[in-house]
Amino acid sequence: MDSVLNVDILLPMLVGLPLTAAILTTLVKGQGLRASISIAVALMQLIIVVALLSWLSNGGTSLDTQNQRYSLGGWGAPLGIDLTIDGFSALMLALTAALTLVLTVYSRYYFFEPRSQIDKTARFWPLWWLLIVGINGLFLSSDIFNIYVTLEIIGLAAVALVALDGSRAALTAALRYLLVGLLGSLCYLLAVALLYRTYGTLDLAQLSVLAEPTAITWAALALITTGLLLKTALVPLHFWLPLAHGSAPAPVSAILSALVVKTSFYLLARFWLDALAPASTDYGLIMLGILGAAAIFWGSIKALQATRLKLMVAYSTVAQLGYLFLLFPLVLSTEDTRDAGLTGPAVSAIAYFIVAHACAKAAMFLVAGNIMRTFGHDEIARLHGLAKYMPLSLFTFAIAGASLIGLPPSAGFISKWLLLNVAIDTGQWWWVIVILSGGLMAAMYVFRILNIAFINDDEKAQTEPEQKPINTLPKVMALCAFLLAMLTIVLGFDAELILDLVTIGDVV
Amino acid sequence: MSQDLLYIIASIGLFGIGLYGLIVAPHIIRKILAINIMSIGVFMLLVASASTVNGTPDPVLHAMVLTGIVVAIAGTALALFLAGKIHTLGQASDKDGH
Amino acid sequence: MFHTPNLKEHDHANELSVITRILCAIAIGTLSLSLIIMLIVTDNPSSVLPALVQQQLTQSGVQNPVTAVLLNFRSYDTLLEIGVLLIVAVAMLPNSNFISNINSDMPGNNPSSGRLVSVVTNAQVNPTLEAVLRWLVPMIVVMAGYMLWTGAALPGGAFQSGALLAGAGVLVQLSGRLQFCFTSTIAKLLATIGLIAFMVVAVGVAPTTGVILQYPTELAGPLILLIEIAATLSIATILLLLYNSLATQIPEMSPKPLASNKQPSASNKQPPAQE
Repeated sequence: MDSVLNVDILLPMLVGLPLTAAILTTLVKGQGLRASISIAVALMQLIIVVALLSWLSNGGTSLDTQNQRYSLGGWGAPLGIDLTIDGFSALMLALTAALTLVLTVYSRYYFFEPRSQIDKTARFWPLWWLLIVGINGLFLSSDIFNIYVTLEIIGLAAVALVALDGSRAALTAALRYLLVGLLGSLCYLLAVALLYRTYGTLDLAQLSVLAEPTAITWAALALITTGLLLKTALVPLHFWLPLAHGSAPAPVSAILSALVVKTSFYLLARFWLDALAPASTDYGLIMLGILGAAAIFWGSIKALQATRLKLMVAYSTVAQLGYLFLLFPLVLSTEDTRDAGLTGPAVSAIAYFIVAHACAKAAMFLVAGNIMRTFGHDEIARLHGLAKYMPLSLFTFAIAGASLIGLPPSAGFISKWLLLNVAIDTGQWWWVIVILSGGLMAAMYVFRILNIAFINDDEKAQTEPEQKPINTLPKVMALCAFLLAMLTIVLGFDAELILDLVTIGDVV
Repeated sequence: MSQDLLYIIASIGLFGIGLYGLIVAPHIIRKILAINIMSIGVFMLLVASASTVNGTPDPVLHAMVLTGIVVAIAGTALALFLAGKIHTLGQASDKDGH
Repeated sequence: MFHTPNLKEHDHANELSVITRILCAIAIGTLSLSLIIMLIVTDNPSSVLPALVQQQLTQSGVQNPVTAVLLNFRSYDTLLEIGVLLIVAVAMLPNSNFISNINSDMPGNNPSSGRLVSVVTNAQVNPTLEAVLRWLVPMIVVMAGYMLWTGAALPGGAFQSGALLAGAGVLVQLSGRLQFCFTSTIAKLLATIGLIAFMVVAVGVAPTTGVILQYPTELAGPLILLIEIAATLSIATILLLLYNSLATQIPEMSPKPLASNKQPSASNKQPPAQE
C-alpha cells in the first residue's frame, strides 16, 4: 500500500476542494461567510495547482509507475476511471485556478448588496463552485463518459449562472444556451456509444492506441465535433453566445468567455490530435480552419456593429475563438504530427493564445461590469467622456484590447507571433493573412471604444449631456480587472514560463 | 442479428426525429420534448449495445444509461423552469402593458 | 430557430417555411440513414469490460454487477452525477428572502418557515387522495427501503428508491394537506447529505487503502450501503424540490384538486378537449 501522501493526491483534490466549497456555501447562511469561504478555497486551489506544477516540472515521477495518472478507486482503466495530467491540461488547470481566485474576489464585491432583500449569493456561490468542479474535472479526466458528465455539469451550472439575475433577457439567453448545450452533449453521448461499441473501452489513452481510420470512427469524430462546436460557439453555430455572455453578470461572463468555451475546445483538440487522431482527415482539419477564419471575420464585423459594450465583448469572443481553430490546419504539415499528441509548436502557440485571451477577455468583461455598475448602462453611444470618471478601468480596457489586437509587449503579441511562425514554417501563407487581418479588425473595434471614451468631443457634449456616475465602484473591483490586464503584460515578457509548461508530458 | 438491427434503426430514428423536432417545432415545450426524445434514442442504443455473447449484459453500459437518465432529468427540469419563468414574466409585463 | 421562446400554442409567426422543413427533414434523414448503415456494417469485437467486471465482482462488495459498476468501479461518475442534481436544485430553489407576490397559500411559498414539512391550515384537501395516501405512502416508503436494500443483489439501488420516495412526496403535496418548504436548513442538509457521505467515504478510505474511493474489500458492502442510503435521501429531496419549484411557479398551473371541473386555464398548455 503506497502512502497516501503522494503528490498524486493533488489531482482528485482539485475536484474535491471546489466540491466541498459548493456544499459549504449551500449550507452556510450569511453573505459574508459564504464569500470568505469562497476566497479561502480559491486560494487553496491556487496553492494546490502551483504545487502540482512544480512537481510536474521537476520530472514528474511518483511512487506509482503509471506516472501522471491517478486511478480512482484503485481499479485502473478500463474498469475504473483515471485522472491524468499532461502539459496542456496542467496549463489549463493553472489558468482556471488563477482566474478563479481573481474572479472570486471580484464576485465578493459585485454581489455584496446588504440592503437587498433577495440574496443572490445563496445561489451564486454553490453554482460557481460546481462550475469549477466541472471545469477541473474535465481537464483531469481520461474517460470519455466521465467527460460527458463533466460537460453536463459545466453546461447546467453555466446556464443557471447566466439566468441569475432573473431578467427576461437573461432567462431567454439562458434557455437558448441550455437547449444548445443539451443538443451538444447528446451528440457527444451518441459518439461515446459508437466508440464503446467499436472499441470496447472508455479510456482516452486506450482509444488513442486502438483507434483506426474506419468509417464508424470518423462518424464518432464528426458527432463529437458537432457537439463540441455547438458548445464552443464556432461560426455558424455561434448564435447563442453573444446574448448569453452579454446578459450574464460580469464575473459569470468573464469565466464563460475565458474558460468555459475553452473546455470544449480543449476536448476537440484532445480528440482530433490525440485520442482519435487516426480518424482525422486532412479535409476535416482544413474545414475547421476555414470555419475559424470565418469566425474571425464575422465576429469582428458584428463587434464593430454592437451597440452595447457587453455585446461587443461577447462578439469579440466569437472572433477570438476563431483563432483557436487555426490549430487544426497548422498541425497538418509535418509528417509525424499525427503521433505527437498534444505537443508541437502549433499546440504551444494555441495554448499561449488561450491563456492570453482568457486574461484579456476576463479583464474586458470586468471593465464592462464596472462601467455598468457605475453608470447603470453600457450603451456604447452614451459612453463618451467616460475616461474622466473611470481612468483605471479605461486603462485596463486599453491594455486588454492591446493583447487582443496583438500589440507588443502583451501576451497576445507573443501568441500571434508564435502562430505566424508556425504558419510560415509550414508554408500556409493564407493563414498569415487571416491572422494579421484579424488583428487589424480587433484594433478597429477596440479603438472605437477608446475613442468614444477618451475624447470628449465638445459638439457632442452640447447635444447630449455627459454621463454622471450613479454609483461608486469599490476599488477592489477595478483593481481585479487591472490585475488581469497586467497579467497579459507579464506573460508577454516571460514567454518561457508557459511554453515550458506546455511541453511537459512528451518527455515521459 | 435482426434484433440488433431493429434497435439500431429505432435508436438512430428517434435521434433523428428528435433533432428534427428540436429545429422545427415552434413551441418551447415541444423543443424540450424533442431533446428528451433524442436522449431516449441515445439511451436505447447504449442499452442495445449491451448484449454479449454469453448472455450476461454489459453492466457498464447500463450504468451509463442510469447516469444519463439522471442528467436528462436535471436538464429537462431546468429547461422547464426557465421556460415557466419566462412565461410568468411575460404575463406580468403583459398586464403592465408594454 | 432559437429565437424568443414561443409559449403561445398557436402562434405561427415563428414557424419555419415548409421548404426549410422539408430540406431539414431530408438532411437529417440522410445523416441518420448513413449512420445506421455504418453501424450495421461495423462488426464489433466483444468488449473486455463485462468479463473484467465479472472477475472483480467478488471484491466489489455487492453481487449486482450494475451496482458494482455504479458504486465501486465507476463511483466517481456517480459522485459527479449527484453533483449535477445539486446544481439544478440550487438553481431552482425559491429565494429565501423572497417576498411572494403569488398567492401565499400555495404550497411551498412560505419563505421563513423553518420546517421542511408543515400542515397547511386552510387546506383545500382532496379527501379521496388523502384517504388513499394513508395506506399508500407507508407502502411506498417500505417499497423504497426494499429497493434500496435489494440493490446489492438484484435490480434496485439508490436512484430507484429515491425516485419512489419523491413520487410519494409528490402525491402528498397533491393531496393538499401538507406543504414543503425547501429553503429550511433540514431541506438543504438532506439535499447535500448524499454528496457529503460520498466525499467522507471517498476521503476516509484513503489512509487505509492509499487511493481515494478505494474501499477496503471487507468493508466495501457496508460502505456502499451507507453511500446509497445518503444518496437516496438526497435524490428524493432534490427530485421533490424540482417538482415543487415547477408546480408552484405558475399559479394557475398549481394543483387545485377541489376546484371546479374546468381545467387549469394556462395559456401554454393545450386544452385537453382538443386532440
